[in-house]
Amino acid sequence: MDFDALLLSRMQFAFTVAFHILFPAFTIGLASYLAVLEGLWLRTKKDVFKTLYLFWVKIFALSFGMGVVSGVVLSYQFGTNWSEFIRLTGGVIGPLMAYEVLTAFFLEASFLGVMLFGWSKVGNRLHFVATVLVAVGTAISAFWILAANSWMQTPVGYEILPDGRFAATDYWQVIFNPSFPSRFVHMMLAAYLTTALVVGAVSAWHLLKGRKDPARPGLPESRVALTMAVGLIAVAAPLQLWAGHWSGEVAHEHQPSKLAAIEGYWETRPDQPLHLFAIPDRSIQGNRFEVSIPGVGNMIQGVPRDEPITGLDQFAPEDQPPPVIPFFGFRIMVGLGLLMIGLGLWGAWLVWRRRLFESPWFMRFAVAMGPAGFIAVLAGWMVTEVGRQPWVVYGVLRTSDAVSAVLASQVATSLLTYIVVYAIVFTAGALFILRLMHEGPVAAATEPAPRQDRPPGWALSHAPEDTPGDPS
Amino acid sequence: MSLDLPLIWAGIIAFAVLMYVILDGFDLGIGILFPFARSKEERDVMMNTVAPVWDGNETWLVLGGGGLLAAFPLAYSILMPALYLPVLLMLGGLILRGVAFEFRFRARQRGRAFWTQMFSGGSILTTFAQGLILGGFIQGVTVRDDRFAGGPYDWLTPYTMLVAAGLLAGYALLGAAWLMLKTKDNLHGDARRWTGWSAFATAVLLGAVSVATLFAHPRVADRWGLNLGASAGVDWSVLTPLLIIPLIGTAGLFLILDGVRRGSHSRPFIGALVVFLSGYLGLAVGFAPYVVPYAVDFRVAAAPDNALGLMLAGAAFIVPMILAYTAWVYWVFRGKIDEDSGYH
Repeated sequence: MDFDALLLSRMQFAFTVAFHILFPAFTIGLASYLAVLEGLWLRTKKDVFKTLYLFWVKIFALSFGMGVVSGVVLSYQFGTNWSEFIRLTGGVIGPLMAYEVLTAFFLEASFLGVMLFGWSKVGNRLHFVATVLVAVGTAISAFWILAANSWMQTPVGYEILPDGRFAATDYWQVIFNPSFPSRFVHMMLAAYLTTALVVGAVSAWHLLKGRKDPARPGLPESRVALTMAVGLIAVAAPLQLWAGHWSGEVAHEHQPSKLAAIEGYWETRPDQPLHLFAIPDRSIQGNRFEVSIPGVGNMIQGVPRDEPITGLDQFAPEDQPPPVIPFFGFRIMVGLGLLMIGLGLWGAWLVWRRRLFESPWFMRFAVAMGPAGFIAVLAGWMVTEVGRQPWVVYGVLRTSDAVSAVLASQVATSLLTYIVVYAIVFTAGALFILRLMHEGPVAAATEPAPRQDRPPGWALSHAPEDTPGDPS
Repeated sequence: MSLDLPLIWAGIIAFAVLMYVILDGFDLGIGILFPFARSKEERDVMMNTVAPVWDGNETWLVLGGGGLLAAFPLAYSILMPALYLPVLLMLGGLILRGVAFEFRFRARQRGRAFWTQMFSGGSILTTFAQGLILGGFIQGVTVRDDRFAGGPYDWLTPYTMLVAAGLLAGYALLGAAWLMLKTKDNLHGDARRWTGWSAFATAVLLGAVSVATLFAHPRVADRWGLNLGASAGVDWSVLTPLLIIPLIGTAGLFLILDGVRRGSHSRPFIGALVVFLSGYLGLAVGFAPYVVPYAVDFRVAAAPDNALGLMLAGAAFIVPMILAYTAWVYWVFRGKIDEDSGYH
């Protein structure tokens, strides 16, 4: 393997985008959850909703901040590392990115300030409007970025000009390209599930603690939050199975090489098996250690048994995606998805029997599933992005033709910088979020006073921690 | 009727960049001034004056970059590789200072000190990198066959360092004047001193940058009607109308210094805006209509008309809306910062 600018740029993009996606995946759902909580509070005036809002909004602020800074990196990386991609296709997908900034980023960033700092400055209703607009902004942002990404998966509505640049012939087709509807639905459900799993896990954790200490504060809030999370998971997890299947059908039709890599199909044939486990190996153009169920592969793809499904043998080796990551990423994602369905159904059954808060095993399961959404989202994005290779625009523009003419040493420098900076920033961010989660929905109930982070009894005479002698 | 779409988009992006420089300029300036604050409490108040708005301010940078990508993809694809390392430095700085808003408040003792330094260091790094980017842009970019063809360190010259130093002083000025507007008592007094010092530094460095820019590329002097070659001379018919630009800058500086002297709370900030406007116009004279200086003009770099038209259809409605709600947010958080109200 040659560590040239192409490989390093790919590693850098994969690294930065993988970190970034965790935050939108969480904040899209969390923004909507906050809007629902505030709406319920305005309607019912029950303090439990406000307490929950004040608790989760702190976690939202931290996550959103990390999402913003890691997102700005991506928008500039298109230019620094993938300038040929932009030079050639900028006329087609550029407007989608511009619309994301115009319709989403400003909305989110501006009303976030009101949402976080404006409660005493604007009325309750206006504050609620700000929360809703932030939530709407996150969804609009997902709309545009998925439109752009989906066009790269299933490009339509464009022409290639004589100088090699792309121009759109029909923007409606570009935006609503064949894979966009299914992928947008799939991503939105993933975001809601990720949030619900985190909310459910934090609530269940506090309720588990509360079993030993019934006087523990924050338990009523955690009960409400867990019930809401269970409700959402019970509905969204089965829907996600359907949305994922829909995405698979689109890939079957438009991206056969990706589907073949996901399923570990090397041979084009009817009556494909379902590989539960295998190690796909390009050097032998086949799988090692297959564990398969014969006869059900076609059925799962929704293809009649006597109809052939394309295998990787239809593609020259240089046109094949690297098969290992799509194959395993897909299985991790689906496995977690099935566990989510299990969690949702079990929880719904307990709610129906009015025993949700009496089952420690369910709550332990909910706690364990807390990070499942993040892992599934990461796995899913790896499936779709690696599965698209070796193309940056599927079937049209190779990734190797999209990279900037920069030196490998420059890219190595930037990759190393991002690794160090992200390690510091996201470790700290994760610790702050975990600390807030540990405190639970109670700490937020008291209106925040300035510098309340100082533990009680802290000597006020203690030297201010960040004041050097006399710098001025 | 056909609109001159590339020209309109060049205008929109120029406007976005100006908005960015002014808006994020004052909140980056807060970070630059952080080391001069007397106490932790003072730093808290300084940060709280921008906490509700910094994110919106920074979004103009994304519009500038995203707009350039979408409207002038050729320019974007040449400039970004040319400025690879300064862009990296800027993004690194933006990450560290951006998260510091939340982290500094959440952290305990030692962590807080660390994030205070990251906020300040990140702001300084971001500003310095933006200065290098600006300088690297003004001094010109080597282009061959529609691609960047220069070296990886072309942006590192005495000229770009001078521009970076000037931008540091300028953002500090915006930040200090913003603090005069938003604070009272002791901090206001400090801000007043900072405004004086940074206005002085800005005046000196802006003057130096102005002169150096004339030598940065022969074309710049030519645009100002100056011939710096063997047959040195001045074309007054070109230079005279342009002299309004340094006059605006001087008027801005006067407004600042007079405001500081008389204890006005708002005039220094207005003056700082005027100074930035004059600096912006002054630099623009040198490189317009190039979008990759002295190699690619904005018409050549423009995306196809249907792309520009589609974006304009939206931008014509949305940009005024953005301006309206941005103004509303500033109005919500108007007036002096309440020192007792902490972070959210």
